[in-house]
Amino acid sequence: MTMTASQLVFDDAGSVDFHDLGKVFANGTQALRNVDLSVGSGEFVSIVGPSGCGKSTLLRIASGLDTPTTGHATVGDGAIGFVFQEATLLHWRTVARNVELLMELQGVPKRERAERREEALQLVGLDGFQKHLPKQLSGGMKMRVSIARALTLNPDIFLFDEPFGALDELTRERLNVEVTNVFAARPFTGMFITHNIFEAVFLSTRVVVMSGRPGTVVGEVQVPLPFPRPLDLRFDRAFTRLVSEVSGLLREGSS
Amino acid sequence: MTLTATQPMSLPKRRSGRGWAAAVLPPLLVLAGFLGLWYLMSYELLAPDRRFLVPPPHRVVSVGFLDWENLQALLVGLVVTMRVAGVGLLAAIVIGLAVAIAMSQAAWVERSLYPYAVTLQTIPILALVPLFGFWFGFGFFSRVVVCTMISLFPIIANTLFGLKSIDPALRELFALQKVGRWKRLRKLDLPFALTAVLAGFRISAGLSVIGAIVGDFFFRQGTTGIGILMSLYISRLQSELLYASIILSSLLGIVAFWLFSGLSFVVGKRFDRSQA
Repeated sequence: MTMTASQLVFDDAGSVDFHDLGKVFANGTQALRNVDLSVGSGEFVSIVGPSGCGKSTLLRIASGLDTPTTGHATVGDGAIGFVFQEATLLHWRTVARNVELLMELQGVPKRERAERREEALQLVGLDGFQKHLPKQLSGGMKMRVSIARALTLNPDIFLFDEPFGALDELTRERLNVEVTNVFAARPFTGMFITHNIFEAVFLSTRVVVMSGRPGTVVGEVQVPLPFPRPLDLRFDRAFTRLVSEVSGLLREGSS
Repeated sequence: MTLTATQPMSLPKRRSGRGWAAAVLPPLLVLAGFLGLWYLMSYELLAPDRRFLVPPPHRVVSVGFLDWENLQALLVGLVVTMRVAGVGLLAAIVIGLAVAIAMSQAAWVERSLYPYAVTLQTIPILALVPLFGFWFGFGFFSRVVVCTMISLFPIIANTLFGLKSIDPALRELFALQKVGRWKRLRKLDLPFALTAVLAGFRISAGLSVIGAIVGDFFFRQGTTGIGILMSLYISRLQSELLYASIILSSLLGIVAFWLFSGLSFVVGKRFDRSQA
């Protein structure tokens, strides 16, 4: 199935709006300044920028883990999935029980938990690993478990806080393809934080570029490429052109 | 891409037979050397009329452990002491866990209580022991109180350490689901802290035996514990029995320690993050 984001129709459950957002930490560091950004339902927006530009803070504000000091954030009332930089699995629980954790905390009945767990594990390609403990898995597999766990909540908004930063290049590429597969199979509003320009373009319908501290939006690039996206897309001329465009903006923003 | 499940990655191999010998032989050699020195002391260094100070090992065994009447008295005392240690440890576990959990839930509780928990560890509890007798009488209850006080601190300290070392990202994972503190305590905090908690239990198990014997020395009402037997044997110069009672109480401490080590080992396979 091939589709573009514009063909999808959503209600407001999955929109994220930042208006003139600012964040000053308790120690006086200004992390964000005048951030204006709207992410509509069905968009997958990656945010790239230099280290310490407040990208993660932006995501934490969207999820409610942090609050802005000025301006405001409006987030749709749909379910939110959050994938952390680390897999954040409970090391004493098996893969199956880890994937069920959030549903368990939400009070989802047991039978339904099992169904949604199996579905999610299949979607990330981990069927058959239900009984493994996290310590028996590789870094990439742990991250898949983490994504499967977030998927079980059927999120309208999916927030990724640089989840693949610690993985090797091959694993990262494979997981990138899987994220686009999931996005195509089960649409959501995505926000993805990364340093990696290739990753940003590959995953997204739009890439937002931020400047160094205090972080603010310096530009954005639309990525009008269809989903699902094959690995070879990286060698496509259109893809490379978008990458260099993002790269240019990034350089401007940090100079 | 789909991965298929293979065998679980192999866990560290069990110790081979040679490993066992390497583990058991050295301490056995030390024991043999120790017994040799003991005999030397009894027969070469001490004159026969002073041999009662260090009776030879086989005398300790034959008088203390092979004479049924003596052994029975020792065992009855041991059981009494064991009961005191058990109840004292249980009380320390209940109180220690409650205090540590309260401290972990509210900073003000920790700020107000922790200095006193440390104080508990630094004041010589032996100095307080006569006071307990004064307040609670000289029987079972006072012995348990001493026992609990001596074994309380490691449980508080270790549990609190475990509860405070939880990965902040995991806390945020739970915060995102708006989980109440009791549910989080059950699903995250306690399982995460479990290995540290058990380490505390293990230390306290040994201490509780010490506490029970100390209690015996001071509080002589009620059934006779092994500590009371010890002072009895001293006053009667029954050195073989004294040695036997010391050996038995040491064994009690060791067994208590082993019991909790075993528990830690079993639980650690799943709950200890360092055993990856």
